[in-house]
Amino acid sequence: MNAIEFALLVWIASFFAGLLGALTGLGGAAVLVPVLTLWFHVHIHYAAGASLVSVIATSSGAAAAYVKEGYTNIRIGMFLEIATTVGAVLGAFLATKTSAEGIAIILGLVLLYSGYLSGRKQPEHPVATKPDPLADALRMHGSYPTLEGPREYKVSSVPSGFGLMFGAGTLSGLLGIGSGAVKVLAMDQAMKLPFKVSTTTSNFMIGVTAAASAGVYLRRGYIDPALAMPVMLGVVAGSFLGARLLARARTQWLRRLFALVIVAMAIELIFDALAGRL
Amino acid sequence: MSFSWTDEKTEHVIGNLLRAGVLIATFVVLAGGILYLAHYGATPADHHVFRGEPNYLRTVDGVVGSALQLDSRGIMQLGLLLLVLTPIARVVFAAVSFAMERDFTYVVVSLIVLAVLMYGLMGPG
Repeated sequence: MNAIEFALLVWIASFFAGLLGALTGLGGAAVLVPVLTLWFHVHIHYAAGASLVSVIATSSGAAAAYVKEGYTNIRIGMFLEIATTVGAVLGAFLATKTSAEGIAIILGLVLLYSGYLSGRKQPEHPVATKPDPLADALRMHGSYPTLEGPREYKVSSVPSGFGLMFGAGTLSGLLGIGSGAVKVLAMDQAMKLPFKVSTTTSNFMIGVTAAASAGVYLRRGYIDPALAMPVMLGVVAGSFLGARLLARARTQWLRRLFALVIVAMAIELIFDALAGRL
Repeated sequence: MSFSWTDEKTEHVIGNLLRAGVLIATFVVLAGGILYLAHYGATPADHHVFRGEPNYLRTVDGVVGSALQLDSRGIMQLGLLLLVLTPIARVVFAAVSFAMERDFTYVVVSLIVLAVLMYGLMGPG
């Protein structure tokens, strides 16, 4: 394969990863690393570097559209970014000390868990059982647009959300993914945010998180421009389209479909790592 | 109720900032990519063995310098660097707008995030 064929095929794969990532809010980049390593035989360090950069593009490109629609909660995002960025820098340093096989196996396990989470049924409008006093103090409660007009929501369990976000950041830096699944888990399950608020706020935060570890990756020589170029260009196109489709998309069946893809990728990744075929 | 008029306006400006950052970065990466493929398009693509990128593609100075010499890898890397700077600019902007709202809790929150980001990009080790 020459450089032009390689760039073209990688662009196409990245386009679909960006599209699905924006539509489901669950990690287009999580699929990118296995696709690049398994199908295109890219070293996992380079794959993670290119993926991280594309994560920033997915996040910023899609977030620009979401923010205008009023789903994103900037205060929650900014507060939790303290946890995700510290975790991300730690994760990026751990990546330099972990073997390719080790990273592949951890990524496989994270993907299996993401697949399991995204395949589960999510209530669109969860009810906050007990608003957190910390969320009152930090003025995190908000409202978001629905067909029946603005709908208010309260925020629960800020400390456990914060802890989960630290873990999400570490995984993001270690594996070169956005860790959307863990972020959405923290906001859906722990903090009881409505689905579209958690998805878009997660997408918004992912860029800042990835920028923290991308800095470390750049300084360590993990960002290969000839690879990151088609990945980033494909993801930008895909995520822009995905953001425009979001309001109309039925998220439930997409999440299920995407869960299947993620699980298949994860199994192949773990199998190849254990067989020493990466 | 935190969804005040100021917040909404801030969010619109931040949204536009992110979009502009991604567009500029995309354009620079695309320009570098065209130049790169025009020069090296027929050479075999090999990203299988990890060697680490050369030093000039690892630092802000090196990337800017090589891009100014119209090195195609340097131009692509500059675009990627601009992309990394986009969320960082967003945090700076958020800090300023929180300061304008006299919301000092969130000014401090934003500055902590900014410090971690700068450590990632330019810190030791």
